[in-house]
Amino acid sequence: MTTHLNLTASTHELRAEGLAVGYGERHVLSGLDLEIEPGTVTSIVGANASGKSTLLRTLSRLLSPAGGQVLLDGRSVHSMPSKELARVLGLLPQSPVSPDGITVADLVGRGRHPHQRMFRAWSAADDAAVAHALDATATADLADRPVDELSGGQRQRVWIAMVLAQQTDLLLLDEPTTFLDVSHQIEVLDLLADLNRDRGTTIVMVLHDLNLAARYSDRLVALEGGRVYAAGPASAVLTEQCVQDVFGLRSRIIDDPVSGGPLVVPVGRHHVAAG
Amino acid sequence: MTATLTPTASTGSPTGSPAGTLAKVTGARLGRRRRRALVIGILSVLVVAVFAASLMVGRTFYGPAEVLGVVFGQDVDGATFTVGTLRLPRAVLAVVAGACFGLGGVTFQTMLRNPLASPDIIGISSGASAAAAFAIIVLGIDGPARSAFAIVAGLGVALLIYLLSSKGGVAGTRLILVGIGIAAILTSLTNYLLSRAGSWDLQEALRWLTGSLNGVGWEQVLPTLVALLVLAPVLLGQSANLESLTLGDDTAAGLGVRVNRTRLVAVIAAVGLVAFATAACGPIAFVAFLSGPIAARLLGPNGSLLVPSALVGTLLVLVADLVGQFAIGTRYPVGVVTGVLGAPFLLYLIVRQHRIGATS
Amino acid sequence: MTLTATSTATRPSRRRPGTDAPRSPALPTRTAWRRRLAWLGAGLVVLVLLCAASVAIGSRTVDMPAIVEALGSLGEPVEGLDQAAVVKRIPRTVLALVVGAALGVAGAVMQGVTRNPLADPGILGINMGASLAVVVGMAWFGMFAAHHMIWMAILGAALTAVLVYAIASAGRSGASPLKLALAGAALTAVATSFITAVAMPRGDISANIRSWQIGGVGGAAWDAIGLVAPFLAVGMLLALASARSLNSLALGDDLAAGLGERVMLARGLAALSSVLLAGAATAVAGPIGFVGLVVPHACRLLAGPDHRWLLSYSAVAGAGLLLASDVLGRIIARPSEIDVGILTALIGAPFFIHIVRQRKVREL
Repeated sequence: MTTHLNLTASTHELRAEGLAVGYGERHVLSGLDLEIEPGTVTSIVGANASGKSTLLRTLSRLLSPAGGQVLLDGRSVHSMPSKELARVLGLLPQSPVSPDGITVADLVGRGRHPHQRMFRAWSAADDAAVAHALDATATADLADRPVDELSGGQRQRVWIAMVLAQQTDLLLLDEPTTFLDVSHQIEVLDLLADLNRDRGTTIVMVLHDLNLAARYSDRLVALEGGRVYAAGPASAVLTEQCVQDVFGLRSRIIDDPVSGGPLVVPVGRHHVAAG
Repeated sequence: MTATLTPTASTGSPTGSPAGTLAKVTGARLGRRRRRALVIGILSVLVVAVFAASLMVGRTFYGPAEVLGVVFGQDVDGATFTVGTLRLPRAVLAVVAGACFGLGGVTFQTMLRNPLASPDIIGISSGASAAAAFAIIVLGIDGPARSAFAIVAGLGVALLIYLLSSKGGVAGTRLILVGIGIAAILTSLTNYLLSRAGSWDLQEALRWLTGSLNGVGWEQVLPTLVALLVLAPVLLGQSANLESLTLGDDTAAGLGVRVNRTRLVAVIAAVGLVAFATAACGPIAFVAFLSGPIAARLLGPNGSLLVPSALVGTLLVLVADLVGQFAIGTRYPVGVVTGVLGAPFLLYLIVRQHRIGATS
Repeated sequence: MTLTATSTATRPSRRRPGTDAPRSPALPTRTAWRRRLAWLGAGLVVLVLLCAASVAIGSRTVDMPAIVEALGSLGEPVEGLDQAAVVKRIPRTVLALVVGAALGVAGAVMQGVTRNPLADPGILGINMGASLAVVVGMAWFGMFAAHHMIWMAILGAALTAVLVYAIASAGRSGASPLKLALAGAALTAVATSFITAVAMPRGDISANIRSWQIGGVGGAAWDAIGLVAPFLAVGMLLALASARSLNSLALGDDLAAGLGERVMLARGLAALSSVLLAGAATAVAGPIGFVGLVVPHACRLLAGPDHRWLLSYSAVAGAGLLLASDVLGRIIARPSEIDVGILTALIGAPFFIHIVRQRKVREL
């Protein structure tokens, strides 16, 4: 319990060694090694069916690997007591279900589950954690509203608030921006960047949009055919060759006029200016 | 120690005033707790009142003094037989079975995230009642042997449904549909048995298929009571995990719930409750189906539904039994009364859902 | 409309682009037509054989010459037990044929209209709704006449169909297979309770109700068949006329509208046809489950997704399944018999579970 009281930055190390995962006959990941640096934002990118979600689900113990292991501070996550793990590593799956009629505050309170014992009543610390999560995600004003009535962007913020109330140093998110329009995508990613900066939370997420991934991540992990094709800072990973190999797409990489990082401009068969 | 777990108090958060939010959160939580205490309190009082009424009311009315006398073992002229031997076991079984059905039903509904997915709809209780009919018509056994047979069959059928629906983890939707399929097989087998039954056996078997408290004695009450006392605490111990399961399997796992284990424990406990109650008085229709949603309506999203549902189930069975016995010209078994109650509830479900659809 | 035809035509060539691309696209269509026609012919032959078996087999053993003699002297006064047995089996056979065909087509249409692989008059509670209406008619309004029962059954079937769809489409995700099946199970339970409640105080008619409720084709009589025949005929014609619309509806409401289909009208007419068929079948034979589920699924394997073929196949196969179940029920329980509704459930429910296990969870 006392190991994750560091107030400035997460010190928890998450690493995958020789990870092999398959559904029946089909191998999705084979011999994958990956190290997540504490206190960074890492985005996993790759084509459809490249194993992005499978990797995230295995890192968060939703899937058991057929070979290899996932280590958190040197201990296999698949053998750790589940509540203990849930106090260090939070997870927001792709399509969480909100029970009918549940209010925002109540849903966020559900994030306190790993901190509660069977016969211990809800404590002031639990209230404080919920209040914090609501404030951090700017959802305090929505606290009494039913989750069903919220817009997509608001709902996603509430779900992030729920994992925040879990107070974990590591946060895994599976496509947190799907189904959101572009302004809400930015809103959610800004929120995650805030968390990383202010709390030192280590963030690992699966993202579809290469350019947003490049802008918001310290490190990119490009998956191809169940293996890590390249990993490192966006400027090193996102090359024209990488986009060609990972996505099978011709592209040009230019400087992002906003962030100065790499920006992928796809080249299709049409509308290509001469030269 | 836990206080230090809130790390960012110093670094500040992007928006809002933490103090105000904290007050709001605490206030909401206390409000939820008050509502919960109020609902459980009122339901308990009602259960006690209807229980008392069902001991007093009947062809002969006995006052509270006489009833209490009988309950505490005094010999009251006339009342000792009527209340002590006829009404008391009947009312106690109504309470116990109602609680079993209520708990079993709400567990399935919570776990499968669907108000329609109660054990009586998805075939979990059909095993016990079909077995009881089989025992009556084919085996010709009765008493404890028949109850034991029904319980074992009930558990066996539930296990079969569970196994058939597991294919790389049990998925809720598949469990429901496999259950409906199994229920159809059992219903058709039961119909075949009924078509072959003599008229006396037929009466007896129909009683077991609709659910009735007629002629109940202590020998039916005791096993069910023991089951409730053993299994209810098991379920209550899982209540927080069950609550988390309503967020989806992945989210629950992320919160540290061992999803498959929780589901297995809950299924075993809920099926056990339903099977024991069904073996004692037949599958009192719709009690398992109605209790959870009614409790949810009363309580709102204010915590676990297990205890309120048990109370609602108890209340339903007690009231329906009184209504079936005395309110109408014909004496209906309790299962028919509760079954008919299910209809307006289904309609209500439609109306409510459409209203929700309109506002969002 | 032409689009549905071409889409089935191009399917094989899309699967094997290498082999089929150079050939004329008309060729696979014609062989597919021929193959489907051949299967349909084979089905009809099997049906004829089953009819023969149904007339020949029963709790009373009648030898071949006696059967031939009995068939030869139809219309003349009945002489002897052998002849009586054979003469009784003929309406029974006819009833099994028409009821089976009706249920098969009703199931296929229902699966098309709801785009739901689990739709079946039994699963969706429509049979029980029809039963309740008939029982209420008997108990409260003294409606024992066959034509009254037909109207009540159709009314009950229609009301239940609307109700089950309304319950299932409440809530967020619309009428998914899961919600339809659950709503059907719930309505079945409600209807069963009501039937008990209505029948219990009426000891005088409870035997009537029960024998009708178990269903079956054993008590077939020509006048009852004559009474439901027009309803079945209208239902069948409506269903066949809806076949093309069902093909468009299979692509989703929006796309069907885009193809020029009047979605609500098409859906309503198709639903009406299945209600007519299921209601009339229930009125004359009691609730018989799972024929409407199993048959279209099996037929889809042979006929493909085109409803014009699927409906014809379902009619033949439904008739065959019911007839076979009826004959089987007479054989295995000799000298007694097992009602056909019980056997179809015993055959159909495992099949239902099989379909459920085959599907991926999110499709449910």
